[in-house]
Parts: sequence; C-alpha cells; structure tokens
Amino acid sequence: MAMEILTPTVEIQAAAEKPSQIAAAEREAPDLQWRLRDWFQPHRIVLLLIAFALVAAMVLTMRWDWLSKYSGALTLGLWRTVWLLLASVVLGFLLAVPLGLAQAAGPWLLAAPARGFCTVIRGTPLLLQLWLLYYGLGSLFPMIPEIRESFLWPYLREGWTYGLFALTLSFAGYEGEVMRGAFAGVPRGELEAARAYGMRPLTALRRIWLPRAFFRALPTLGGEVLLQLKSTPLVATVTVLDLYGVIGRIRQDTYLTYEPLLFLTFLYLCLSGILVVAVRMIERRFSSAGA
Amino acid sequence: MSIHWELLALTPPGWGWLLLKGVAATLQIAVGAYLLGLLIGIGGALGKLYGGPVTRDLVACYTTFVRAVPELVLILVIYFPGSNLLNYIGAAMGFSSVNVDPLAAGIVVLGIVQGGFATEVMRGAINAVPSGEIEAARAFGMPLLLALRRIIWPSMLPHAIPGLANLWMIVTKDTALLAVVGFPELTMATRQAGGATKAYFLFFCAAGVLYLTVSLVSNRIIAVIERRNRPGMSVA
Repeated sequence: MAMEILTPTVEIQAAAEKPSQIAAAEREAPDLQWRLRDWFQPHRIVLLLIAFALVAAMVLTMRWDWLSKYSGALTLGLWRTVWLLLASVVLGFLLAVPLGLAQAAGPWLLAAPARGFCTVIRGTPLLLQLWLLYYGLGSLFPMIPEIRESFLWPYLREGWTYGLFALTLSFAGYEGEVMRGAFAGVPRGELEAARAYGMRPLTALRRIWLPRAFFRALPTLGGEVLLQLKSTPLVATVTVLDLYGVIGRIRQDTYLTYEPLLFLTFLYLCLSGILVVAVRMIERRFSSAGA
Repeated sequence: MSIHWELLALTPPGWGWLLLKGVAATLQIAVGAYLLGLLIGIGGALGKLYGGPVTRDLVACYTTFVRAVPELVLILVIYFPGSNLLNYIGAAMGFSSVNVDPLAAGIVVLGIVQGGFATEVMRGAINAVPSGEIEAARAFGMPLLLALRRIIWPSMLPHAIPGLANLWMIVTKDTALLAVVGFPELTMATRQAGGATKAYFLFFCAAGVLYLTVSLVSNRIIAVIERRNRPGMSVA
C-alpha cells in the first residue's frame, strides 16, 4: 500500500532529474581553458583568498601535532570506512536485484514480502536498525547454544558484523525500490523480442532485462552510494573504529574539540569528492556503451 | 523465552509512556527542522538563481558542504562551535552562562542540514517553471518577492512537492541521529528503556513500529496533498 504511494515520487524525481543532467552536460561542454577562466573571475579570486586565509589560520594557530601520532589509527579507520562502504554496496546491490525483480514481476507471494521489507527499511532510521541488530539480536544470540558453538560465533561478537549487516540491509532496501522501478521501466517490447527469439526467461533476464534495468538505475545508484558513505559513521556507535570512531577516540584522548572534527570534515569532503568523480566517470563510460 | 509485553505498558512499571514522549520529541524536532530547512531552502534557491556572483558561490559552498559531509559529523560540527559561540556572546553581553536548550539545538542543527537539500529541491522546482512566466511578471514591473508570491510559488509547488515530501521522510529519520549526542528523542528513549530492562529486542521493535507508523501516516497525507495539487500541474 505504502509503496504504491511512494512510487510516483521516485518516478517524478527521475523525470525531474533529466533536464538538469542535460544542463550539466552543456555546462561541461566548454573546454578546459574556459573553465579555468571561470575560476579566475575577480570575486572568485577574492573568495578563494579568504578561504585560503581561513585554512592557513587554522593550520597555523590550531594544534595539529596529534596527526603524526595517530596517523596509523587514522589510516586504519579510513580503510575500515572505505571497506564497509564497498562491501555493503556490493552485497546490498546483490540483494536489491532479487528484491526489485520480485516486486516488479514476481508472484504475489514473493512480491509482498519484498515490498514489506523495503517499506520497513525505508520507514525506520538506520541507527534504530543498527541498534536493533547489535543490542537486540546481539543480546539474544548468547542465549542460544547452537549459535555459540557455530563457526559464526567469533564474528557475531564483533561490532563490525552488525554494522556491515545493517548497512547492507539498508542499501538493499533503498536500492530494491529503485530496481523495482528500473525493472518495471524496461520497455515490454524488448522482453517480448527476446522471447520471440526463443530466449529462455533466465537468458532474457541476464542478457536483456538486468542490463537495461541496471543502466536505468545507474544515475540513482550513484546518489545512493554517496548517501551510503554518509551513513557509514553510524557504525561507530557499535564500537567499530571507522574514521568517525577513530576521531572520537582522538578527541577523548587529546581533549581537543575542534581540530579532529575539522580534519574529519575535510576527510569526508575528500571521500565524497572522489566518489562523485568516480561515479561520473562510470556513468559517462556506461551511458555511451549501455543505454 | 517469553516476551514481556507488560514492559510496554503506559503506567510506570512499563516504559510505554517514555517511548510516546520520545515520539513527541521526535515529531517536534522534525517539524521544527523541516520548517527551518524550508525557509533556508527558499532563501538559498533565490540566492542561487537570482543572487549576485558572491551569494551564488557561497550558497553553492553551503549545499556542497551539507551534501558531502555525513549528517552525524555535521551535527557535531554545528553543535559544539554553535553552543560555544552562544556562550561566548552571552558572556560578552553579561550573562553568566547560557544553557543551550537541547530541543532548540536539535532543531537548528537538523534545520541547517535540511536547508542544504531543500535549496536544491526548490531550485529545481523554480527552474521547472517556464521562464517566460517569470519574465512576464518582471516585465510588468513586479518586484522579485511579489513575483515569487503570485507567480513562482503557485506554479512551482506541484514540482516541489515530491522532493519536499522526500525531505520530510528524511528528517523524521534523521532525528534519530540526535541520539548520538544524547538528545532524548525516540531512539535514545528506546535505548534507555532497553538498557534498564535488558529487553532491547522488544523495545527496538516497538520503536520501529512507531517510526513506521509515522512514515506510513505521512505517506497517506502526502498522497492526498499530491492528488490535490496535480490538476494545476501544467507540465507533464
């Protein structure tokens, strides 16, 4: 029920995104020289100088001596953040494909649970889901002897297992909804053509339906990955020492309030920037090859 | 193992009342932050579309910043310097020490985050209004604010509603992040109840049902608003 109401929202937004993409493409069309000149407009130079002065003031007047001491921990934290992001995106997408397919074309018995899953994931905060898994399931597991004796037990005592699980489920929930729309949006005629050529349903899915749906979902996918990056610091609340967790620990150790926070902000800005550029490159490559 | 449903009772041995108070706090912050974000969004969109070059660049910095940095980090980045700054100003004006009201702080912090996203939604919606309509209004000598009220606002609204509805769903869930800085909204209340009774699973599921109720009821209301506004939509 809820999904039927949510659906038009997604599609209208997808439609609304199109003109801006075209505009963005037009804006990028002028050559590098023109773009460089864009940066050297008088007011930009002044703003850049002010920004530079601010950064210089921060570097010179604030304490940064802790950076070298904690560089190992920071690198490890950065690695954990990136690893959590990549793993949850890949696993979540693998889950999202069947979720989307079940909702778009599955029988009622499969479609209803898939729709229910997406509604629950999208309707509750990720922090709550994470804490439900970590504190809720985490407090139930030790009471079950079979689990305590299984090979999974060492993993089930670690925070990152729950963090990865929650992030994966969350990504699958949001992306499953996107994939539902993408699967449903592939023109019927292409699937009929595949069948007319005698393709079996699985072959048609692998060769026609899934690739077409994937390319349709690609622009949204990029945005979702960025949102996923912004969700990763939540795992610090379940004892995972990701980037956010490491910075939290540094703040406790050094009693510094602002410096670690500023550095954290700077790192996330860099990560987001890299991600945006990577997504744009992937999109450009695939938009010429795929759709 | 049995489920202790009586823990959810509204009267003191149960914790139901605490959860409901948490829902009330969550909704208060969500509504406040949403409205603040909407105001910032309108201002930001106007700045981005009609402002001078400096305003435009500054607004672009703001929206990029808000969209690139995790909300959890933004909350810390705005909360600590913000409350310190208030204390500093308070001290300068002769007050001994200003106690930052956590509710107001939560609203301001989430409102600033929402504002970045709302700016983009509003900008997109204003861009969707045929530029001739706005030019005609300006050609008739309407000041920007009057044109905004009479021309832009009514015809951009149908374009803005899906995005604004999305923002409302996001802000109701983002309130949970304030639990990390210890604000007693629904998620924090749930964790307290769980910690005191060790019935984490029961309480987190109950909170999940409450959040889900909020989002499903919001969906129904949004659907009604969308249906009411569709006939006026000029562009398919």
